[in-house]
Amino acid sequence: MWQIFHKLGSPKWFFGIASTLMPWLLVAGAALLMTGIVWGLVFAPQDYLQGNSYRIIFIHVPSAFLAQSVYIMMAVAALVTLVWRMKLADVFVTAVAPVGAVLTFLALFTGAVWGKPTWGTWWIWDARLTSMLILLFLYFGVMALGAAISDEKSSARAVAVLVLVGVVNIPIIKYSVEWWNTLHQPATFKLTEKPSMPAEMWVPLLLSVLGLYLIFGWLACLRMQTHILAREGRTRWVKELVQAREN
Amino acid sequence: MAFDSFSAFLAMDGHGPYVWTCYAVFFLLMGVMTWWSLRQRRAVIAQQRRRMAPTPSADERPAAASFTRIESSQD
Repeated sequence: MWQIFHKLGSPKWFFGIASTLMPWLLVAGAALLMTGIVWGLVFAPQDYLQGNSYRIIFIHVPSAFLAQSVYIMMAVAALVTLVWRMKLADVFVTAVAPVGAVLTFLALFTGAVWGKPTWGTWWIWDARLTSMLILLFLYFGVMALGAAISDEKSSARAVAVLVLVGVVNIPIIKYSVEWWNTLHQPATFKLTEKPSMPAEMWVPLLLSVLGLYLIFGWLACLRMQTHILAREGRTRWVKELVQAREN
Repeated sequence: MAFDSFSAFLAMDGHGPYVWTCYAVFFLLMGVMTWWSLRQRRAVIAQQRRRMAPTPSADERPAAASFTRIESSQD
């Protein structure tokens, strides 16, 4: 068990695994996402209440879903950084934070554009929207703090503490639609119930969520590899790897 | 198919601008994120390569102040 754990923490081992996984993640992710989007845009029926504007859901929900689960993954990695001082966990947090920020921005932006024809307003300070905005600022905070401290170890610890403090926001986002009266509609997918929309709508939505998940996996691998190359530049295996690429 | 014609598909019953703006921004930002990540990776590899480049040997090194020049100036 501890051996596996140690192996998982080894940047060299991760680099190899990531290289083999990446093509699959990208191809499968792009295929699923495109299928979901084309199905949702062209073939899914109109919503009887919202008309065609609801078709924004096929990118809004995947972005929002990923924005939150990326943060949860970062929180788990932050805990690992603090408890076991695993380098790879900190590499994950720093590599992935900008991706999380972009996804959160996309969720907010597509939500605002969807809100205009549906609610009659681009923005309203309600619980769901405000807590998502706080999530965006948390991502910015993590990026800024990581960049501000040059010492690798103290930077890793400070970032990990910030990520863990910010995780309080996640349940607030999740339950905001139930705790408060808000304009935002309740969650589309719940583990315990069947979705309230017909299958022609939720199947493509599920496909695009899975697709974006895989594409995130690809981006995470790519960016973690870059961070590893930069940090481990003095080790022999990185030198050999860089040299091999040259030829 | 949910639409009768391609123009109906583009118009989306008046919701076209909203829907297409969202999709455009989504693909734009995901594309920029990918491009930026690939560029960062290339930059890091190039940087490591520069750092590893063998120091040029004595005869390859550009001549610093050499005696030949001093000699020619004395003529």
